[in-house]
Amino acid sequence: MGKFWVIFVASISILLPFLCNSFSPETPTNRRVLVLLDDFAVKSSHSSYFNSLKLRGFDLDFKLADDPKIALQRYGQYLYDALILFCPSVERFGGSVDVAAIINFVDSGHDLIIAADVNASDLIREVATECGVDFDEDPSAMVIDHTGYAVSETEGDHTLIASHDFIKSDVIIGSKKIEAPVLFQGIGHSLNPVNSLVLKVLSASPSAYSANPLSKLSTPPSLTGSAISLVSVVQARNNARILITGSLSMFSNRFFRSGVQKSGSSTKYEKSGNEQFLTELSKWIFHERGHLKAVNVKHHKVGETDEPALYRVNDELEYSVEIYEWSGTSWEPYVTDDVQVQFYMMSPYVLKTLSNDKKGLYSASFKVPDVYGVFQFKVEYQKLGYTSLSLSKQVSYFVSHDSGYDFSFETSLTSYLEETCNRNRSSQKSV
Amino acid sequence: MSNSSTSDLLKPFKLKTKQQELLIRVSILCLVYILAFITRLFSVLRYESMIHEFDPYFNYRTTLYLTQHGFYDFWNWFDYESWYPLGRIVGGTLYPGLMVTAALIYRLLHFLRFAVHIREVCVLTAPFFASNTTLVAYFFGKEIWDSGAGLVAAILIAVCPGYISRSVAGSYDNEGVAIFALLFTFYLFVKAVNTGSLAWGLASAFGYFYMVSAWGGYVFIINLIPLYVLVLLITGRYSMRLYVAYNCMYILGMLLAMQIRFVGFQHVQSGEHMAAMGVFFLMQVFYFLDWVKHMLSDTKLFQEFLRITVTCAIAAGGIALGVGMASGYISPWTGRFYSLLDPTYAKDHIPIIASVSEHQPTAWSSFMFDFHILLFLFPAGLYFCFKRLSDATIFIVMYGLTSMYFAGVMVRLILVATPAVCLISAIAVSATVKNLTVLLRSKNKVAQIGSTKGTSSAKASSKASLDQSQPFQKNGAMALLFGAFYLLSRYATHCTWVTSEAYSSPSIVLAARGAHGNRVIFDDYREAYFWLWQNTPPDAKVMSWWDYGYQITAMGNRTVIVDNNTWNNTHIATVGRAMSSYEDEAYEIIRSLDVDYVLVVFGGVTGYSSDDINKFLWMVRIGGGVFPVIKEPDYLVNGEYRIDKGAAPKMLNCLMYKLSYYRFGEMMTEYGKPPGYDRARGVEIGNKNIKLEHLEEAFTTSNWIVRIYKVKPPNNRW
Repeated sequence: MGKFWVIFVASISILLPFLCNSFSPETPTNRRVLVLLDDFAVKSSHSSYFNSLKLRGFDLDFKLADDPKIALQRYGQYLYDALILFCPSVERFGGSVDVAAIINFVDSGHDLIIAADVNASDLIREVATECGVDFDEDPSAMVIDHTGYAVSETEGDHTLIASHDFIKSDVIIGSKKIEAPVLFQGIGHSLNPVNSLVLKVLSASPSAYSANPLSKLSTPPSLTGSAISLVSVVQARNNARILITGSLSMFSNRFFRSGVQKSGSSTKYEKSGNEQFLTELSKWIFHERGHLKAVNVKHHKVGETDEPALYRVNDELEYSVEIYEWSGTSWEPYVTDDVQVQFYMMSPYVLKTLSNDKKGLYSASFKVPDVYGVFQFKVEYQKLGYTSLSLSKQVSYFVSHDSGYDFSFETSLTSYLEETCNRNRSSQKSV
Repeated sequence: MSNSSTSDLLKPFKLKTKQQELLIRVSILCLVYILAFITRLFSVLRYESMIHEFDPYFNYRTTLYLTQHGFYDFWNWFDYESWYPLGRIVGGTLYPGLMVTAALIYRLLHFLRFAVHIREVCVLTAPFFASNTTLVAYFFGKEIWDSGAGLVAAILIAVCPGYISRSVAGSYDNEGVAIFALLFTFYLFVKAVNTGSLAWGLASAFGYFYMVSAWGGYVFIINLIPLYVLVLLITGRYSMRLYVAYNCMYILGMLLAMQIRFVGFQHVQSGEHMAAMGVFFLMQVFYFLDWVKHMLSDTKLFQEFLRITVTCAIAAGGIALGVGMASGYISPWTGRFYSLLDPTYAKDHIPIIASVSEHQPTAWSSFMFDFHILLFLFPAGLYFCFKRLSDATIFIVMYGLTSMYFAGVMVRLILVATPAVCLISAIAVSATVKNLTVLLRSKNKVAQIGSTKGTSSAKASSKASLDQSQPFQKNGAMALLFGAFYLLSRYATHCTWVTSEAYSSPSIVLAARGAHGNRVIFDDYREAYFWLWQNTPPDAKVMSWWDYGYQITAMGNRTVIVDNNTWNNTHIATVGRAMSSYEDEAYEIIRSLDVDYVLVVFGGVTGYSSDDINKFLWMVRIGGGVFPVIKEPDYLVNGEYRIDKGAAPKMLNCLMYKLSYYRFGEMMTEYGKPPGYDRARGVEIGNKNIKLEHLEEAFTTSNWIVRIYKVKPPNNRW
């Protein structure tokens, strides 16, 4: 009977990924995406962006944000792998969706794209706050830049910004350099300094500020300069990825197609950088890039293949792990030279860079330190843009008997009094 | 006594005097043997057959391991469930005598087809060895005085509370077998000194080996015996018997003791063992001088020779000691050893020692409590010993006086003094009663004296015949005899009462009297440990104050951060710091130790006063001793420890306070008192609105005595 149960549970756990057919570590690309809109006009006005997603194989499900039938999950199963909120003015979601539901969606490993705009609703602001960014409190404020604006026919109010202050990460925005500036028009946000996971992907220039362009500036703006973030991303601890921006229009066909000339610059680009930037960013958001997995963690003594239950002093050991990156369709070996392993007990006793064989296998060998205890092999790989790998494997490690009576704590622990002090019963009351 | 008035009917059963005496003696010993066992069974009858307190749980766990995995695995056992992540080399850091003894008894019983559980064996090991101790006490008493004193000693030690306190059923601790081993070693050594027999010396060496394997208190033996030998040498009682006994015992005992891994080469390296070695060399010098004296007929020449030899010997010894100390080969006395000589040393220097309740200097009341009339019989016994000095009585006097001193320094060392006190008191009782009965008889049957007196009564009888002229002598003797028996019966009553009321509570199950006088049982500890065992992942790490470490590993089978083997002060201080920090600071520490659950003991609902809040200042002190960011005054208000509204703000918001009083503010504990009334301290708590950010309540036992909190993982998006 017990055996039967084991088989049953094992088969369930093997089948589970297939049954769920959702985001899984094995095929980390999201397939089903729910897009919530304020009105269906956005569907056509932003069709280029949506089409690029569809072309990459995503199944987009467009719904109005206040549609009473929308639901993220049914019977405890999530219906979608990712959520796009293109509904900056929604006051209340329809159906069972609310802020907590969206946060739970992210906390269970799903991705999220939020595009706010001027007059963003409190609801959208709340979701953003939960993700670690704060939109300008003035609802009608926009990012204004009198030196970094995009030149247009009319002088305008300089709220259409051309920015190229990208994050320096090939993983997040692609390895191909984005030549043309990115057009942005909307509300700015700042990063919560407490949150260590949120990253500025596109920031405003030092001359930018956030204010209502229609009214006269009476008080100093609360957000100024490069503290203003135009586009931010978060990679949560469970590797869910979030994109937050204050401009819905930067996704629009109009911005995608329009030419751009930054003020003060003579170069005029035929096409703005929006399409390239946002498409590449969406690849990162949807795990087509920068998604790593580590498998086959092994450790053993040199010359052996089995994992010992414990190591002894002077043992030479070998540690190996295979790391792969998801390319969107398959797992490719991940090649780098900065993966380190720690032999760790409260602090690393050994810290060694792993060498790799270009096929994804990383390994290192070292001699165990002369301290006994419960050690962990730890690989803490946190590189900008990549999923963080945090592997730890516990091993006991014991001083060898052959090496004598070399206990590293006080050997004179045996005198009568010490004995009484050390084999005692309990603390007395202090009061 | 051969009495002519015995009826003819009993003629076939009539025994000779010697046989009668033997029969009586054997039956008394048998009864004492049984008595010593059953008087320790109160807790089994009242609660159930279970292991008590804290340390015994560790011993039980190791014994279980020994019986399941065999001796070699036990010897090589690296325990990763305690002191996470440091771990503990169990085989090399314990005295295996107790576990091996219990395992052997277990094997033997199974060999005899008694299918007992190892727990029952462990529970009953201490009473069984207490019974054996009574036998040893009889033989020891016989050796130093006479068989009468031996019998009295056996009876006294069978019920003496000072010994019972550590040997009730369930108190499965090293002391249970160690006191037997201690007394046995002493007995064998005295026997060896008395007879000069190599066989007895050999036996005492093996007794010493068993003692070393069982308890760290063997250091007492290895210092007392050289001291005794030294005294004999000084008092001119050097003899060949002593030479044989000591050399055999010391050399063999030392070699055997080195086989215990925890002790290792300490006998030749540690300062505490040097006295024995010094006396050993002194013996050789004595022997050598004796031989030279024998060979040299000229007295003057010998005097000259003596002077040179003694100077050389002292110089050589001094140089050897100095070189050993300087080169670090001989470790100097540790700070803790000094605190035996200066009881206040630990209090001023080492808070972790001072925090332990057993390490307090003994109060007078506990002497009275544990010894009762023996406290008064002890000096009387010393008087008798001095009146009839022999090698054996000198030994018992030395043992009694030194152990009494140590008993005064530290509460738990009363245990070591108990056998000596019982033996010396037995001499007093036996000698007095014998004198009185002789006095009573001498009037009527002068002729009988000769048959009853042993070697000792010659003096007494002559004294009695001297005092014959005194009036009311017989009545006086009668009254004194009755007085003695009255006192002894009071002693028996007291011992039984103390055993039943004070020493038979397992402390893991708490009992209280309900409103109607009925007994209420609080079984919260086991409830909590069972919950841990059933509901947490097998590799979960539990953080608690060190008091509960052994119990959590033994009963909950989970990894703990610190436990009752308080060998690493820093690690304990880290836990103390976590408990006395604000929650977010504590969370960092908790995360760095990979802790999954935090366990606190709380007595506010039941009025159980030895809970963590009452122990909290020790956490602050021990934590502050290593991490100066923790300061004791931050937790006090004008030097006063408070938990109510007037408490220090840091106190009201530290982790321990929050975990103890979480949701307690909503609770009505006592009629007519506001909610959140702490019954253990009798005040209303000061912070009723406790919010936990990084921990969440996982389990609270039915009487709130144990509360377990789960450590939340870090926020996903922050």
